[in-house]
Amino acid sequence: MSSLLEVRDLTVQLKMDAGPREVITGTSLDIGEGEAMGLVGESGSGKSMTAKAIARLLPDGATVTGSVTFDGTDVLALSGDALLKHRAQVAVVFQDPRAHINPVRRISDFMTESLRILDDVPKAEAVRKAAAALDEVGIDDPGKRLKQFPHELSGGMLQRVMIATALLSEPRLLLADECTTALDVTTQAEVMAILDDLRRDRGLSMLFITHDLELAGAVCDRTCVMYAGQIVETSAASRLHEDPLHPYSAALVQARPDISSTAERLVAIPGRPVSAFEAPSGCRFAPRCPHSLDSCRSTDQVLTDLDGGVVRCGRATDLRGNLLDGAHV
Amino acid sequence: MSEHTSATEPVLSVRGLRKVFGTQVAVDDMNFDLLPGRSLAIVGESGSGKTTVARMIVGLEKPTAGTIVACGRDRSKPARRGAERKLRGREVQIVFQDPYSSLDPRQSGADLIDEVLRVHHDHHASDRKRIVGELAEIVGLDQRQINAMPKALSGGQRQRVAIARALATDPHVLILDESVAALDVSIQAQVLNVLADIRDERGISYVLISHDLAVVRQLTEEAIVMQRGIVVEQGVTADILDDPQHAYTQMLRASVPGPGWKPQRMRERKAAADAAAEAAAS
Repeated sequence: MSSLLEVRDLTVQLKMDAGPREVITGTSLDIGEGEAMGLVGESGSGKSMTAKAIARLLPDGATVTGSVTFDGTDVLALSGDALLKHRAQVAVVFQDPRAHINPVRRISDFMTESLRILDDVPKAEAVRKAAAALDEVGIDDPGKRLKQFPHELSGGMLQRVMIATALLSEPRLLLADECTTALDVTTQAEVMAILDDLRRDRGLSMLFITHDLELAGAVCDRTCVMYAGQIVETSAASRLHEDPLHPYSAALVQARPDISSTAERLVAIPGRPVSAFEAPSGCRFAPRCPHSLDSCRSTDQVLTDLDGGVVRCGRATDLRGNLLDGAHV
Repeated sequence: MSEHTSATEPVLSVRGLRKVFGTQVAVDDMNFDLLPGRSLAIVGESGSGKTTVARMIVGLEKPTAGTIVACGRDRSKPARRGAERKLRGREVQIVFQDPYSSLDPRQSGADLIDEVLRVHHDHHASDRKRIVGELAEIVGLDQRQINAMPKALSGGQRQRVAIARALATDPHVLILDESVAALDVSIQAQVLNVLADIRDERGISYVLISHDLAVVRQLTEEAIVMQRGIVVEQGVTADILDDPQHAYTQMLRASVPGPGWKPQRMRERKAAADAAAEAAAS
């Protein structure tokens, strides 16, 4: 698989009232043509900011170093029409569809706007394309839905409208940022199935951002785990559950209750997740890690190859295979 | 700890509970008994009526029909006197989903709990201070955190404040309305452990309103599954999750991602169901 997207050593600082705050530190990842990459982490880990940097949607005043290359193009250098073209090829679907749609415009206006303005598609043609896209995401009676307003549609229906709209620009990479988190489980299954079909039918690549390790494991090829602005592990998604390489990945797997059994006690991770700018020096997870040594706190950890994955942990080789202690397998 | 109920008498008993909004039946004919120290889950998707049940139990919504008996006292009708309303508040408490909107932004956790203690109990100021400290310890907040304003706390810490506040009345029943849904995985595990400890120590009963079947499995012994206001399945949580009987429960269970999970399109699901029905008919 050749890489469609290459992110190298990406560091992002946001402008805050108190001065610049680092939210991502030295992130590198690749997504191949037609590949689904999961990006998992807790609040403040930097996963949404990674997606925003890729789509060039970071807030004003953000400082970015490193590189983002999409299909050979340097994304961070784009401007004007070239940037618009990039955003058509890299579509984003966010968590809350109601926050990203104009409530006083009809669905058809919302869906066809960019086609008509950017691509000069005639109205009738644009509406026909929108109806076809709605049909592709499993919405019955597209003609009727196009005439409705956002408040007339349920959250799950609206999220499918957002996906259909993203498809209209014929993207090659879809950034799905917690796009099923607010949905009911049965609707989530439907949306995931739609995304899966799109990947197969259109060869769409996907960066699937979620806090749900099980969901990422079920639909992605590989998964990156982020903690405090850094990627701490990248592994085959199916493997992350059974044999994680990083203590944080293992802790996430174990902290989650299991639907098929009741644990005497959940293995909670002490403390709370931190953002990059509040992270300690040395290993950022060390203060919460049951396996940490003094040396972990004093040395910055680097990503190293291990067992077909990549891990940022100085003890990974000692700990391999023993992180789950037989639980949750 | 209970002066009203013995171990075999239910602390909460619901019979024929029904709520109608206009022409919409939000809850239809719900029945259950909750014993001291036990936990019941009410499971369903948005619009299933599960939150309406919670709101009726705490008295935020008036039932159209049916009875709710908590600690031996009927609470199906609105309280007629302030004292009765306070008594009901002492017996059953609720923790809401969003700790960002359920706490007063200008009140620290300690002040909030102190206020609840002043309203509901006749403690001396020094006793109240001691109880605030004890409650903070139970939910795992330190002195600085319990005295901090909500804006200085993370979501998980705020939710602990909300739980401590609910426990301040020394309730017999605690309603948890999606109370751990918005928390990060690592924090959710901490809060679930805290809830289990509190139940073991105080013999309190929980009604967990949730869409998360793994959380339901972890915290409850019995469960009720609701779909559009109707109870479609009711029984032991482990049985319902391991071997769901109703088609809707089966669909819920199949929608939960896990190893080997393959999401299926609604159209495919419908086609498969139709084919099965046709095969059964011929």
